[in-house]
Amino acid sequence: MIYSESKKSNKMSKITSEEIEKLAKLARVGLTEEEKGTLATDMTAVLEYVKQLDGVDVSNVEPTSQVTGLTNVTRKDGVVRSEIVRSELLANAPDTENGFIKVKSVL
Amino acid sequence: MSRETILELNKKFVQKPNAVVDELRNVLRIIDEREDELNCFVTVTAEGAIQDAKESTKRFSSKQQKSILDGVTVGIKDVFCTRDVRTTASSKMLDEFVPAYDATVVRKLKDAGAVIVGKNNCDAWAHGASTENSDYGVTKNPWDATRVSGGSSGGSAAAVAAGECVYSIGSDTGGSIRQPAGFCGVVGLKPTYGRVSRFGLIAMASSLDCVGPIANTTEDIAKIMEIIAGYDEKDSTSLNLPVPEYSKFLDKPLTGKKIGWAKEFFEMGLDAEIKTVLENARKEYEKLGATFVDITLPHIQYGVPVYYIIQPAEVSSNLGRYDGIKYGHSSGRSENLIDHYFKSRDEGFGAEAKRRIMLGTFVLSAGYYDAYYNKAMKVRTLIKQDFEKALAKADVILAPVSPTTAFKIGEKANDPMQMYLADVYTAAINLAGNPALSLPCGFDKDNLPIAMQIIGKHFDEETVLNFGHMYERVRK
Repeated sequence: MIYSESKKSNKMSKITSEEIEKLAKLARVGLTEEEKGTLATDMTAVLEYVKQLDGVDVSNVEPTSQVTGLTNVTRKDGVVRSEIVRSELLANAPDTENGFIKVKSVL
Repeated sequence: MSRETILELNKKFVQKPNAVVDELRNVLRIIDEREDELNCFVTVTAEGAIQDAKESTKRFSSKQQKSILDGVTVGIKDVFCTRDVRTTASSKMLDEFVPAYDATVVRKLKDAGAVIVGKNNCDAWAHGASTENSDYGVTKNPWDATRVSGGSSGGSAAAVAAGECVYSIGSDTGGSIRQPAGFCGVVGLKPTYGRVSRFGLIAMASSLDCVGPIANTTEDIAKIMEIIAGYDEKDSTSLNLPVPEYSKFLDKPLTGKKIGWAKEFFEMGLDAEIKTVLENARKEYEKLGATFVDITLPHIQYGVPVYYIIQPAEVSSNLGRYDGIKYGHSSGRSENLIDHYFKSRDEGFGAEAKRRIMLGTFVLSAGYYDAYYNKAMKVRTLIKQDFEKALAKADVILAPVSPTTAFKIGEKANDPMQMYLADVYTAAINLAGNPALSLPCGFDKDNLPIAMQIIGKHFDEETVLNFGHMYERVRK
């Protein structure tokens, strides 16, 4: 992922209610007005706290996302028979019809 | 609280097969007596356990025991899928979720003849350090019921401490096995990342999540690890390495062995009583022949800030699957598909899950990714290198588990930042991937347990357990 250099230092430590609404939309999570207010305060506190990382020199340091060094673990591209039958899996779905999961109308 | 070890129980079961059922009845009686107060379980599976114990008795009668764990009672944290047994992650989102399969660790225990007594309470989605964040009520500390059991595996640790099971299986993303084990005066191991399969574990933060045991002794931990560790083709992060016979290493003399001591640990707001108890443990190790070397972990102070960027980022991604359609809570008030996502997630998730989803979405969003997430991943590299350098000079590192002993229920519940700081001695180790044992080593003036942490090299659990066991042998 590449973002413009100018945005690299674009840190925001005070979260606004507009920001909360935008994030909630991205995360598909409904929030009450009260929750929005609390979240803005709590998130601002956490972002203030993590600001101390600004002082760490990470030039020439590679990011770590996997600690044991494994990369691209794949399995054979074949059919694996499952002991679980379709009806068992569908049993947890809130709404089904003719062996399919039913969703609400898109529009 | 002196209890029989797994080895002692096994000896008893071999001599008297009916003792399996007697032991289970005893455990169920303790559950009956104490659950109203302590609340260690979301679900107790007494009927299944009685069936399992009867089967186990038959095996012992015909001298066909499956393993050292055959007939021994175990509690499973409610974040592991258990076939046909409700699995909630202590969140109302999964109130009615009944998995169609077993997590690998559960399957391994069943194959070993384990008697599963129930699903342990925890902070919802394993988000927390006190088990106050469970949608099924707080788990209280068996040493003092006005205090928390720790978290997120609070139910798992409290159940072992109270005798509601002989051992339990927890998960540890930033300290969730070690801190509650410490608060409840029992032993907990966070193995190396990739040492125990996570297939069937409800994912929290995938680059950090580890599965491990909580038990009464280090020897019990070794016995359990011999069964649950190892490669699993269903978990692509598990490593294909042989599993050592951990119990063979327990009694190795510590003469000439080196223990790292980092001054940074004692400058991070550590309670004075805990410091004294750790210094006493140091003296015991010296008597055992080990020598202490000064090490430095210059980036350890950045453990919690890095953790509270990387962990919510991964949480926001992992919780994306709860959409109210495939499984989990489904809103009855929605008008269309998109509205269904918003309402189902609003109603199903509690405040802490929402906070982490929002924080994670923020640090991953365009414009902030480099400043927060990428930066955190780079500092993670520095933290990992700190441990590598330190452990090149020492066999293990001795550290505190938590800055305080068990705190009062409600004391930190309304201040997320205070709760996050409970992870100050544990989260960095998840970032680095090393194994770490949480071991009781004393009490404070309120008679609350104090624990220490023994941190080892990647995939060197045997040395960590060796240090734990040798200390237990001389512990006063």
